[in-house]
Amino acid sequence: MRAFSYDRPDSVDAALRGVAGQPGTTTEAAVKFVAGGTNLLDLMKADVMRPERLVDISRLGLDRIEDTEGGGLRLGALARNADTAYDARVQARYPMLSKAILAGASAQLRNMATNGGNLLQRTRCYYFYDTGTPCNKREPGTGCGALTGVNRIHAILGASDSCIAVHPSDMCVALAALDAVVRVSGPTGERTIPFADFHRLPGDTPHIDSSLAADELITAIDLPAQGFADHSTYLKVRDRASYAFALVSVAAALKIDGQTIRSARLALGGVAHKPWRDPAVEAELAGKPASLETFREAARVLLRDARGQSHNAFKIALAERAIVRALAEAAGVEHS
Amino acid sequence: MSQPTGPASQGHAHKQPAPPPEAMPEAMPEAMDVTLAINGSRKTLRVAPWTSLLDALRLHLDLTGTKKGCDHGQCGACTVLVDGRRINSCLTLAVMAEGRTVTTIEGLASGDALHPLQEAFVEQDAFQCGYCTPGQICSAVGLLEEGHAKSDDDIRELMSGNLCRCGAYPNIVAAIRQVMDAQPSAKDGGAP
Repeated sequence: MRAFSYDRPDSVDAALRGVAGQPGTTTEAAVKFVAGGTNLLDLMKADVMRPERLVDISRLGLDRIEDTEGGGLRLGALARNADTAYDARVQARYPMLSKAILAGASAQLRNMATNGGNLLQRTRCYYFYDTGTPCNKREPGTGCGALTGVNRIHAILGASDSCIAVHPSDMCVALAALDAVVRVSGPTGERTIPFADFHRLPGDTPHIDSSLAADELITAIDLPAQGFADHSTYLKVRDRASYAFALVSVAAALKIDGQTIRSARLALGGVAHKPWRDPAVEAELAGKPASLETFREAARVLLRDARGQSHNAFKIALAERAIVRALAEAAGVEHS
Repeated sequence: MSQPTGPASQGHAHKQPAPPPEAMPEAMPEAMDVTLAINGSRKTLRVAPWTSLLDALRLHLDLTGTKKGCDHGQCGACTVLVDGRRINSCLTLAVMAEGRTVTTIEGLASGDALHPLQEAFVEQDAFQCGYCTPGQICSAVGLLEEGHAKSDDDIRELMSGNLCRCGAYPNIVAAIRQVMDAQPSAKDGGAP
């Protein structure tokens, strides 16, 4: 690991002073916050990320999980992933989120990793990690090793000629489906970022993962009151049964009245540079019967623009089937 | 114990090339004092900011029971308990552990009396080469403390962060199961 300096401020204000004046987005910053460290320190060992200074925010106290006035839940940015997944309120009111978190990483990593850090984890693209290969995300302008290389784990939706990497988080897929809101503190005060706007598609600037500025700090993630506890699930398809990143994952949530879908949420992981949602498909599900036929049509339409690379075209069929299975599970509809 | 003088003095299991001189900050960041409660005794050590907790244990404190496998949080050989919770010591900086209570494999036995999980690993023949075993046992201590495992499948899922290349998995599950069954209080979150 390259040399860096370390500071452990004792307040949010002091932490923000530590990153004040940095231009651009947090992905590019020379001074970085560290909390769980599970992804950042790994990337520093691989020489992929080279911060000059780490500001340790792990003791700022933003680790509580609290009810909000509107009937929702506020997840502290520094609450550990394990504590969030096993929180009784999360399990009862947002079971899809609990399931998604527990589908990711290992018990040790979930004990360390924080909610805010989960949002900021970087792709697991092999070429991003391998400093001997070109990567527009790691070194803008050098090209994409994955486009003509080994791309079995890569994107089928929303990719660009610059980057076909996918976002690796499970938790974020459920947060996207729940319409979570990211609370952020910065030099001019607080702001909120709707989850759909937090992560971004690669376009021609794949080195930027999120809309978080380099001088901002995530303080919490707000969950709306609607948690779809009665009809939701998180389905993860991967190469081994545990401790592997998703090839495809689906967060599916329904409101059902009798046999009729009243509203639907559908987010996909492992297929794009951000958790993938298609509002048109979700709107189309409303009013339809909760049946396999409905779910198959939704899956087909959602993937109509999917495009496979040389090794990952299987993901299109896999995602279609995973969507049908997840929606069927969420609805309690028999599925062979 | 020698002090690290730069990145090159870090662990040997995964060597990184030394950064070119022009990439170095003008002044090397100062080493820092860190005080830890390790296996029941308070220790203060002076480490560079980039020293992992794993390297601090092995290179500064001679606690070589904790193993360096992958050094990337993928194998679990470096698992220790920090404030009672299992973590990967390779992905934590020693300076981040300031003031914390750290328990390693060396701290589990009481004198000559082995920890129940150590006993069970011996009884169930839950290892072959033994390299992953300290991490497996510390992870299992954490698992029982967490209290979420109810079945063998739960044990397998919640131990998936600890790899065993000898393939002793069935016996590892049996050892954990043995202690879990003997101490039902552990399932309710009590200490094993």
